[in-house]
Amino acid sequence: MDKSLIYSLILSILLVLAPHMEHLPLWVSIMCTALLAWRTLLNYRALPLPPRWLLLLITLVGVAVIGKSYHTLFGREVGVTLLMMLATLKLLELRSSRDAMAIIYLSCFIIITNFFYSQSIPTALLMLLSLIVIVASWLRIQAPNIRLRSQLRLASIMLIQSVPLMLVLFVLFPRVQGPLWGMPQDAYNSSGLSDEMSPGSLSKLSLSEAVAFRVTYATSAPARDQMYWRGPVLWQYDGRTWTRGTAGYQYAPQFTEASVPFEYSVVLEPHNKRWLYALDMPATLPANTRLNTDFQLLNNAPVNARMRYQMSSTLRYHANAEETPAQLQRGLQLPPRLNPRTLALAQMWRVQQSDPAELVKNALRYFNQEKFSYTLEPPLLGRDGVDEFLFDTRQGFCEHYASAFVYLMRAAGVPSRVVTGYQGGEFNAFGNYYIVRQSDAHAWAEVWIAGLGWVRVDPTAAIAPERVERNLASALKDNTALSFMARNPPAWLSKLRLNIDALSNSWNMWVLGYDPERQFALLTRLGMEDVSWQRMARNLMLGLAVILAVLAALMFRHLFKRDPDRVHAAWLRLCKRMTKVGLPRAAHEGALDYAQRVGSLRPALASELQDIAQRYVQLRYGVVPGDKQSVQAFIRSVARFKARKAR
Amino acid sequence: MAAKSISRPHQAFRNWAFRRTVETGTVVLNQRRVYILPSRQGLMFAVVLVVMLLGDINYNLSLGYVLTFLLAMMALLSLLYAFRNLAHLQIHAGHVAPVFAGESARFVFHFDNPSALARYQIHLHDDAGHRTVFDLAAQSATPVHLDIPATRRGWLDSDRLTIYSEFPLGMFHAWTYIHFDVLALVYPRPAPTQPLPLSVSPDGSGKLSASGDDDFAGLRNYVAGDALPRIAWKALAREQGLQVKQFSTPMGQDLWLDWAAIGEQGMEAKLEVLTRWVLDADAQGMRYGLRLPDGELAPQNSTAHKAECLRRLALYGLIKA
Repeated sequence: MDKSLIYSLILSILLVLAPHMEHLPLWVSIMCTALLAWRTLLNYRALPLPPRWLLLLITLVGVAVIGKSYHTLFGREVGVTLLMMLATLKLLELRSSRDAMAIIYLSCFIIITNFFYSQSIPTALLMLLSLIVIVASWLRIQAPNIRLRSQLRLASIMLIQSVPLMLVLFVLFPRVQGPLWGMPQDAYNSSGLSDEMSPGSLSKLSLSEAVAFRVTYATSAPARDQMYWRGPVLWQYDGRTWTRGTAGYQYAPQFTEASVPFEYSVVLEPHNKRWLYALDMPATLPANTRLNTDFQLLNNAPVNARMRYQMSSTLRYHANAEETPAQLQRGLQLPPRLNPRTLALAQMWRVQQSDPAELVKNALRYFNQEKFSYTLEPPLLGRDGVDEFLFDTRQGFCEHYASAFVYLMRAAGVPSRVVTGYQGGEFNAFGNYYIVRQSDAHAWAEVWIAGLGWVRVDPTAAIAPERVERNLASALKDNTALSFMARNPPAWLSKLRLNIDALSNSWNMWVLGYDPERQFALLTRLGMEDVSWQRMARNLMLGLAVILAVLAALMFRHLFKRDPDRVHAAWLRLCKRMTKVGLPRAAHEGALDYAQRVGSLRPALASELQDIAQRYVQLRYGVVPGDKQSVQAFIRSVARFKARKAR
Repeated sequence: MAAKSISRPHQAFRNWAFRRTVETGTVVLNQRRVYILPSRQGLMFAVVLVVMLLGDINYNLSLGYVLTFLLAMMALLSLLYAFRNLAHLQIHAGHVAPVFAGESARFVFHFDNPSALARYQIHLHDDAGHRTVFDLAAQSATPVHLDIPATRRGWLDSDRLTIYSEFPLGMFHAWTYIHFDVLALVYPRPAPTQPLPLSVSPDGSGKLSASGDDDFAGLRNYVAGDALPRIAWKALAREQGLQVKQFSTPMGQDLWLDWAAIGEQGMEAKLEVLTRWVLDADAQGMRYGLRLPDGELAPQNSTAHKAECLRRLALYGLIKA
């Protein structure tokens, strides 16, 4: 096998493996890199390939280690790891061009598996780069003697020419909504909020700058401190973790609107859960969704692809002003025999006040006036966590405040619950939308007050109002734990970041979010009256044919581009004249040989013809390219040359 | 590459589907002559693409669609490239040097590529699987050799040849058939060393002597068909190349190589003996004539004479092809 072909195959595999190294276990990356390095060395030294039994041994050991570290041989990560191992080992038994083609196919598959993890613009660019290398290797399999320059040139040209054809297919190929068959459980990323809350769960999430969703308001946006994006509502507390618990029975929530609704659309990143995020409270619901008893918006299926929905919300409302006794009872649940000091404090307030609104104020005043601080890194709490937090450590993140507040309220006899979700968002002026990141994850509380229903209370706002009004970084005294971009980056950098986000937002909408629905909308807008399979197929064929015709015209243009060389043209004219006088140049004959032969047949022509032939060879094949004057002189000499018939 | 021969029904189909004409002069490969079909590798790739597409649909991978469509369209484009790799090539047959039966005739085809595009991996083969692979630089003429074993004396036809290319991606098989009116002359296989039928020896004993082998005259370069015992092994050992010892015979004595002088043997065997004699006599610088039942050639000693003698022997008894 050709040495340079093997190098380019190694490079292809390296390029397609590189993005996987980020999320696969370290040992996989090390093993693959080591195998590739070994192959490179063998190639460099022109050493023989390892014997079959050794490769088999490596494969068996590899599979065993994979099985041991993943505890299974199925699923996405295992599949990707096996594929990577297969590709690198195949390089070590590269014997025929068929093996080389197998590596080409495997590389393409590995590129696709990377899209499980990321489909961003940089990923797309890396894909193009890898494709150039892969196609270049592919060309070398077919033509071992092709020069590196022509190889890269042809690979790039073929790729570029395929782009318009690909675009036609991308837009017009009838889209089908997946999945076609069941998928392994780990096929999708699940990131973001969960339906549990324990100390540390939100503060850990708030370190992530990943985008949770993006929001575009139809007209105006509400004030930032009104942007509460509702997620899971938690009722049940065991002293450490809040969970949803189980409602007695499900019933439709009731609420009355007290203000004009805001209309907006949300593009939600996949999180593999059923819930959607909506501003409190959702007034109109998107199709295929419903509100559960806790006013949480639920989709019919887990969101495992980027999803876009349009809705409206009312910011002033009375929610479940009539609540069932069972629900109110759930709102008073407390773990038994825990946090005696908190219970005592709440009882004391309860004796002084019976009005729930006043009790809420008491608690908020307590948070505000005692020496509480808002921090990402609170001290660890023991068994009576709420006691320790309220009376000893007094340092916590939003989950601590929400949890302690609800505990106090319940102890004081006010039905209450914890609400998790996101709060706020960053405005992107370049795309005119808001970005809500994982770092905007938040927890707050709701208390039930007769006549008003469930009322939102955000205890965090009592300690760190900046969190609600501006953002997390400004609310924290020590924000070094946050990522650089979440703190206070220079203006140009945040501008750049917003620009890039606006770009990836359009990318998400038009490239990644191009589904049957969007295809239908686009084609209708482009003037296709009835979007049917037949119509789409016809337009598809038509589009491809037109582009292919243009490409063919461009490609075959080179076929007709004949000799632009004036020197050669002049020489050919001379040969033609000589043919007429019966002295044709034989196809195998070089210029000098020809002149020699004619010279011996016709001594009269010898010197002139030999001179012309010599100059021709000089101009055409000489080391120094001929200058304009000598070319002109040559052409004149050819014109002056008289071929005479033999007497 | 392994020699591949074609099954009989396939052959019959090809004879029926594609015209069988013998061509002269220069043939230009145009769109009427070049056929294209997906190759086995191309069909395999189509399967790979379908699997990819199913994955894209199932997992909703938009970038996966992009990749799959890009690859599919590139494969489709390679159809145009495959045609372009053969298109507008000008081919004419060159001179074929005569060979002896048992050797390979080297057919020469001149491939002229007047365009500004280099051509890669063009295969030329006959139906029996003898093949050659070559590249063609832009604006160049390249002689391409195809060696076909000559088993029998007479005219050897190159027969219909196939020119094909799967460049650039191996997804499509572009091919054309070509049958030039070019024949190779195949001389009979020289018989093993035979004593020359020297005419009546000076002592008048009338028997065939073992020729004038005693008078060593010098060395000359080996030509195909020379007898092994005459090779100058010492010269070879001195690394002077393969040379043959030459012996002189008295000049002015004409040697007749006569069909009738050979005893009871088959026709082919007789021709083989005569061929051996022609070679040996020529090697010894004798003047020799050839006498065949259908005519004779007067004694001479020249390259042209030798060629003519061998030609007569090659074609003896054959209807001109």
